[in-house]
Amino acid sequence: MTGSNRLSIVAAVLVWLARAGPVWARGPRGPGPADWIGIELEAVMFYLLGGLAAVCAVGCVLSSRVVRMALFLFGALGAVAGLYLLLHANFLAAIQLIVYAGGTLVVIIFGIMLSSASAAARYRARPAEKAAGAAVGLLLLAGLVTAVGRIDWSEGIAAAPSAPTVDGLGRALLTTYLVPFELSSVLLLAVMIGAAWLAGSGRK
Amino acid sequence: MTEFTAQDVIRPRWSPALRARAIRRFMLAGLIIMIGTGVAAVCLEIFGRSLSPLWLTVGIVLPSVLAFGALFVVFAITAHALLGRLLKRLAFVLFIGSLAGIVLTAWGASLLFGLVDRIVAARPDPIAQTIFGGELTTDEIVRFFAATPEDPKALEAPPALEFVAYLLWPWQFRLLRDLVLALVILGFVSVTASFAIWWERKVAGRIQSRLGPMRVGGWHGWAQGIADGLKLVQKEDIVPGRADGPVFRLAPYLVFIPVLTAFLALPFSDRWVLRDLEVGLVLVLGLLGIDVIGVILAGWASHNKWSMYGALRVAAQMVSYEIPMGMALLLPVMAAGTLRPGAIGALQSGGFHTWLAFCSPFLFAAAGVYFVASLAACKRAPFDLPEAESELTGGFHTEYSGFRWAVFFFGEYAAMFVVCGLAVLLFLGAWHSPLPASWGESLAGGSWWQRGLYALLFSGPAWFIAKTYALLFVHIWLRWTLPRIRIDQVMYACVQVMLPMTMLLLLGQMFWQLLVPPDGITARAANIVCTLAGAAIVAAFVGTAGWGYLNRRRLVGPLAVNHLPGS
Repeated sequence: MTGSNRLSIVAAVLVWLARAGPVWARGPRGPGPADWIGIELEAVMFYLLGGLAAVCAVGCVLSSRVVRMALFLFGALGAVAGLYLLLHANFLAAIQLIVYAGGTLVVIIFGIMLSSASAAARYRARPAEKAAGAAVGLLLLAGLVTAVGRIDWSEGIAAAPSAPTVDGLGRALLTTYLVPFELSSVLLLAVMIGAAWLAGSGRK
Repeated sequence: MTEFTAQDVIRPRWSPALRARAIRRFMLAGLIIMIGTGVAAVCLEIFGRSLSPLWLTVGIVLPSVLAFGALFVVFAITAHALLGRLLKRLAFVLFIGSLAGIVLTAWGASLLFGLVDRIVAARPDPIAQTIFGGELTTDEIVRFFAATPEDPKALEAPPALEFVAYLLWPWQFRLLRDLVLALVILGFVSVTASFAIWWERKVAGRIQSRLGPMRVGGWHGWAQGIADGLKLVQKEDIVPGRADGPVFRLAPYLVFIPVLTAFLALPFSDRWVLRDLEVGLVLVLGLLGIDVIGVILAGWASHNKWSMYGALRVAAQMVSYEIPMGMALLLPVMAAGTLRPGAIGALQSGGFHTWLAFCSPFLFAAAGVYFVASLAACKRAPFDLPEAESELTGGFHTEYSGFRWAVFFFGEYAAMFVVCGLAVLLFLGAWHSPLPASWGESLAGGSWWQRGLYALLFSGPAWFIAKTYALLFVHIWLRWTLPRIRIDQVMYACVQVMLPMTMLLLLGQMFWQLLVPPDGITARAANIVCTLAGAAIVAAFVGTAGWGYLNRRRLVGPLAVNHLPGS
């Protein structure tokens, strides 16, 4: 078989593929892969991230190893940050990563490492703690269900008029919500002073 | 008295001439034995003599085996020679191919995506591009190409065009585009890491008057990084018996994946960025903060006291240094008034003196503070206590080997690139050259070679990568120059020196922006002084390097001297 023969066969196959290719790519307005799969990618991502958050939250509650609990908490926080991204709340997602995943969680793990004697530290909740946790959880669930139930889903949810920008958030914090913002700063300052006093009081 | 030279020491014992002679001799011996045995066997057959088993073994079987053995040796030597050359070629092709592939893919992708975007825009009823919804049909693509001014609705097209239409059709989907670009970024990170490993070892060698890697790949051991990677992939996969298995396995990826994700918002130029997010900087900072968790969990899960000490040091050090690092980043953000990386980069297009580091004395100081804090955030010397070899054997990665260990190092070099890239983006002019972009405006809109010239001379991804690599070199240089400091010194430097300093700088920059008019004499004078200081630092560096190069003969040891370039 000569080279040109082979080339012509390849060309024929390619042309055949082009003519008999996927039907939904042709036509004046044929069905697209979106119809073919049936759901949008955003929905897929929502279910994935939501499922991950739920699984991690359950794992955090059920696990008895403290470090694994922290890891599950990290998974849940990260998945919620992903949900924020899906809602176009980019700033909130980034702050969630910095404050909770990068800051608070590291401090938690650091605390576990310093306080527990064994590397495989286990934690078993007492019945009273379980009851208190269940009560708070049920209360939250009830609140969420009420909030979701109040919305009229029949007409669909309109997209947010515009995503909140960093600019807008900053302005709101320094104008409308100035007092709560400053109050929370004072609270944080008090916490910092208290922590410094606690850490320093051991030393003479 | 003869002097040892590098050539004497590293001359390979197995030279090509030696190999050829060995091949000739073994081949000759094998052929002679074979022919001799064959002649003997034929003679025996002709004369009808039978041999006793002993003579049969010694006279016929043994020589045959020997002959085959000799020919096998010839085959083995040839195969070794060929395979070695092939492997060398393969490594070269891999390296150059991946480099060229990355650049070409990024460039081709931008051309391809631009073309598809134009086709979409040319439709009579413009549609929004969706992530997963196919709206553009192949007929429309064919029409786009076949349409002529006389016949705007032409549908007659050669079959080849129809095939091209099918090739172009998938690229309207964002998901597919992002997959391609994510692969480009993965490739870039891999090449950067394997290059940085070789570079680090080479620089370390030079600084210590050694040669560093010299053999793998031929020219100055350039394939060392690739060879190291291949070696690590083949190693045994070990998880210590008492380790927390799942966490141990997960930890390296918690280090690597966030850093890789940070490239999502890191712009290489105004157009070469995956997503120019409004909160890009905060996102990058948050993702860099996550890899602390991976490192801590790695140390914790190893169930080993060295790892544990390493993890504790990481937790203390990286969390503390994130604060001065983040606050030093706030200064350029304040000066630029935005968190969008693209906008901050675009501000600095007016030449060397408009780079943000030279705009006010506080920004100039903040650049230094940021660089020191970024060293600590990457666990680089003099802040490399988490993996201090002399005290902790390996720190948090003591128990890791093979592929997972390699993932840690890929993560470290990728993080170095990201923090250096942030420094370049925020302080050192992003993707702009020291020349003002306005000088090249006539080139920017010209033909393709004029635009290429503009990218090389004024602003383009090449400048961003070059400046980032220059900072990466400073990281490496400092690691092999400075001694490691103690953990209490690390914490003292952070909490009592750098943190108050960044706070003062932040306050100073605030008052500077409030009180000093941007076009006034004070701002101009500060700008000129800072620019001159920056230029002096660069000049001092280049001058010292040049002086060292001219005086390289004074270095200790003939090995290094004879192998420095130009000797």
